[in-house]
This record gives sequence, C-alpha cells and structure tokens, in this order.
Amino acid sequence: MHVVVCVKHVPDTEAPIRIRGDGRGVEESGLNFVMNYYDEHAVEEGLRIKERAGGSVTVITAGPARAVEALRAALAMGADHAIHVQDPGLEALDHLGIARVLAAAIAPLPHDLVLCGKLATDDNASIVGPALAEYLGLPQATAVTALELGEGRATAHREVEGAVEVLEVTLPAVVTVERNINEPRYPSLPGIMKAKRTPITAKALADLGLAPDAAGGPHRVELVGLTPPPRRQPGRVIPGEPDAAVRELVRLLREEAKVL
Amino acid sequence: MTADSAPRDVWVLVDHADGRSVRKITYELLGQAQALAGAAGGRVVAAALGAGIGGLAGDLGVHGADRVMLADAPVLERYTTDAYAAVLAPLLEEARPRLLLMGSTAWGRDLAPRIAARTGAGIVTDCSAVEIEDGRIVATRPVMTRKAIARVAFAADGLRIAVVLPNVLPPAPAVPGRTAETVAVPVTVDPGAVRTRVVEIRPLARETVPLTEADIIVAGGRGLKGPEHFALLDELAGALGAAVGSSRPPVDSGWVPHDYEIGQTGKTVNPQLYIACGISGAPQHQAGMSGARWIVAINRDPQAPIFQIASYGLVGDLFQIVPLLTAAVRRLKAAPQG
Repeated sequence: MHVVVCVKHVPDTEAPIRIRGDGRGVEESGLNFVMNYYDEHAVEEGLRIKERAGGSVTVITAGPARAVEALRAALAMGADHAIHVQDPGLEALDHLGIARVLAAAIAPLPHDLVLCGKLATDDNASIVGPALAEYLGLPQATAVTALELGEGRATAHREVEGAVEVLEVTLPAVVTVERNINEPRYPSLPGIMKAKRTPITAKALADLGLAPDAAGGPHRVELVGLTPPPRRQPGRVIPGEPDAAVRELVRLLREEAKVL
Repeated sequence: MTADSAPRDVWVLVDHADGRSVRKITYELLGQAQALAGAAGGRVVAAALGAGIGGLAGDLGVHGADRVMLADAPVLERYTTDAYAAVLAPLLEEARPRLLLMGSTAWGRDLAPRIAARTGAGIVTDCSAVEIEDGRIVATRPVMTRKAIARVAFAADGLRIAVVLPNVLPPAPAVPGRTAETVAVPVTVDPGAVRTRVVEIRPLARETVPLTEADIIVAGGRGLKGPEHFALLDELAGALGAAVGSSRPPVDSGWVPHDYEIGQTGKTVNPQLYIACGISGAPQHQAGMSGARWIVAINRDPQAPIFQIASYGLVGDLFQIVPLLTAAVRRLKAAPQG
C-alpha cells in the first residue's frame, strides 16, 4: 500500500498574529510555524497503514523554503520519502492552483491512497483535498474519523449533521482526516536523526510540466484584505450570591438579550 | 431558461434531510440569494438533488425561490460526491449563474471544492457574509483561528461558489401562497460510475438539533470534572431547548465524543446564546464560538479569558449555579407569558 500524505506548514495556532501593513497577509517574522495540526493525523494514519499492510509513505508539500520543516517533522515520525515543491510561482496561486500543483506531483508516484488533513488551520479553506481528488480523477472521502482498508476499497466514517455516515470508497482515493481518527506519535530520537539524513526531493513547477502562470489558471478569487476581528466588548460580571445572581441573569437574558 | 437573465441569477443548493424537510441553512441561503439577485435583477434558483424530493418545491417557493431545478432520481437518494457532482456541474456550466450559494455542512464542504475544480469556478468557503461592492462579489470569512477576518473578492467573470456558514444569516421569510416554477432536471448518472457507497447512516441519539444549527448551546469544559456531570448540562439544555457541546479537554479526556467539540479542532457555531460552563476560553475554543450573539460564562476563576468575551459572567461554582439556572428557566417556561 503506497500512501502519499500532503502536508502544510502553518503558523502555530497558539501564537498571536500581526496583520501586515498592506493587509495582504500576516507578518511572518517572529511567528512560529509548525506542521498543520490535521496533517499530523494524516501522517500518522499513513504510517499505521504502512505498518499493517507494508508499502511506503511519501510526504509532499507545496510551499516556501521554510516548509521543509513540515516535511522533516513527518520524516521524523517515520515517513519514507519527502517531496518539496518550491517555486516563486506558488505565491500567486489560489487553493485550486495549489491542488493542481500537488496533483501534477502526485500523479507519477505510486499512490493507492492520498491523505490530507481536513483543513489547514491558517486559512481554514478545506478546498485542496477534494480539488486534488478531482484533478487526480479519484474518488474522495472527507473529514474522516475512522478508516479501514479492504481489498481495492476502504470503509470510512464521517461526522455529518446529527449522524455518522459509513461510506465505502474504491481505491485509490483521496481521504481527508479529522483529528479523532488517531493520536499522532511523537518523533523518536532515531527518527529525528534519520529525518536529517533523508534526502528531500525538490521540484520546481517546470519539473512538473507546469508553467507558473498555467499552474493556477486564471485567478478566480483575490484577497482584498485582512482585518482584526471586531473586538467583543466584555460584558458585566453579575455579582451576588448564586441565587440572586442567577435571578438577575435570567432577567437580563429575558429583558435585555431577549433570548428566553 | 432565457440566456440573457441567467448571468444575473443566484443559485442555492438545497440542503435537506432525506427529502422530507429543508434544512435551516437552505432558508438562510435563500434569504441571501434574494438580496443578491434582487440587486442585480436576477432570479433566485434553488437546485434540489435527491430521491422523492418533489414535495420540497412548494416550501422553497414560499421561502423565496423563483425557480426550482429538481433532480429527482434513485441514484441521488444518498449524497455521494460522484453522483451529485455529475448532476450539478453540467447544470451550472449550462446556466452560468452569477453565484452559487452552498451551506458549510458535511456535504457542502465535500461537494463545493470538487465542483469548483471541475468547472474552474472561483470558490470561497466558510463565508459569514457575501456582498456586492462596486459591482464585485466580496465574501467575508474568519481565518487564522478567528484572529483575522479576510475579505475575498471573486473574479469579474466565470462561475463563483460561496460556501456559507450556518446560523449566521437571517433566513428568508415565509410568504404563504408564493410559488416557484419547477423544472425537472434529467438525471443520467450511471450508478456504476459512482465510486462511493453509503453503507449506513447512524443517527446520534443525543442530538435533537445539530450544534451548528442550534439557537442556544450549553457547553461544558474541564470544570465539569467528569463525564457524569454532563447530565447537569443536559438538564439545562432540556429546559432551554438547547444543544449540548464541549470545549476540547472533555473530548480529550474521553468524557464526551468528538462530535461535541466546539473550537478550532471541532465545530464552528453561531448561536444566539452560548452558555459556557467551566470553560476557561482558550483562543482555540473562542475560534469556534466567539460568533455567538450573547455569551454567558460560568466559571470559578475570575481571571478566565472567557470573561473577556462574555456578555454576562457569573463567577462561582457551576455545580451550584447550573442547577439554579435550570430551575429558574423551568419556572420561567412554566409561567404564563405576557
């Protein structure tokens, strides 16, 4: 079973962010970047499949030079191979463009299964996984909470509104994972040492047969700007003994908030 | 469909529960579609896919659809990416509406990027607003754990898909007697070409209203100290007609399943009222709930960050306060109104 896992290098969600002066992004200096949280679960799932069924785990990212750290982290967990698509042309791409690039890089690799996190915690788009499936011509299962592989097919569980959906999907397929699918392992010391020695395959857009402007196609969406969220005004702390405070709370919910 | 008006039409993909009833998000999308189509002189077109769904058309008309495109076939009984994309993508490419609105629900999030990739449509997900500005369609969406709000403009030409968060936009009002023209869409999907099969739908026994659609949510955190104490929240929720959720620690501790979780690694919710019990209010939790209209915080620790965003705070022991609140709400509901 050959598994390819897509990973993204994103700002640590713990860290405060500073919006750039032009509003077109965030200041990267001083920001701590890590492998996208959901992608850790995707790497873990890939490793577990390899441990059960044999085969290989290849991790891939399309991103700037710093993104190599996400690949090293995945190698340290136990991935076998890593591919870094790095190109000045990536910067101009939207999510569909990135999915096209990943598809071009993955298509020539052996891939029985392609795993992604269900979303990236920086832009929350959850577009790349299904778009990648479309460009690879593969079926998909998204936001999967349990995955069981059979002969030529997999069974996936998904959380849907008010229910769990049990889905059978033919392989190869693209599967995006939820966080409760597994508990990612910590990298071992030998794993970290091995990750430092493992060569990382670098690819430019031209190596994938993509011209920078053709990779993304025409721009379909454009960021106008980022602004800080509206600050919520802290309200009032209702003083008093619990009995009196609860009475006052109910009064406010009824008369001021009008929600009761 | 007349070719000249189609580019001004706004489409809504109908989310429904097995064809029996239209989900709340659909009414919200219809309301948004009316505002956008009205400004451009276009129509509101509702696309409904499913099996045995003819009964939905009347309700869609009452809630603002001018036309209902009805793709009704056994192969569409359960949502599958392949079958739904095979029906919807060609419809869009033929009609070329100004915008397609979809709900950010399990199948909306699954389908929208796939359709965008197939048709080359611009796509913006998790929208909390979609507006027309200087002739451009601009969507607003929270990013970076809600530490920033992004405004994203669609290109001037081509197809556009906006995936809209549930519970954010006001639903279209019902206009009794209003009707929509119904157009039957021929469905020619080969069931053999559908590469996924829904084996089973296991309803969550606890869930009456999905968290993402709930007007009131009662949520518990680490301060509940154990799984057995979620019963306190169930009682309060029962009195309020609310849904029950949690922050991350109770999920990680195995007290409640992951489908309870609200926050960065769980669900994003936008209720009218959010009652946080024993939740400190870490940024990752706030990322999923700070869009609530009113927030009540009940916590022992007056320094807890949740009080920074709470409309009303009660500092104290939740094991004392929550039962008192439940009793007070029950009294209120039992009393004659007026």
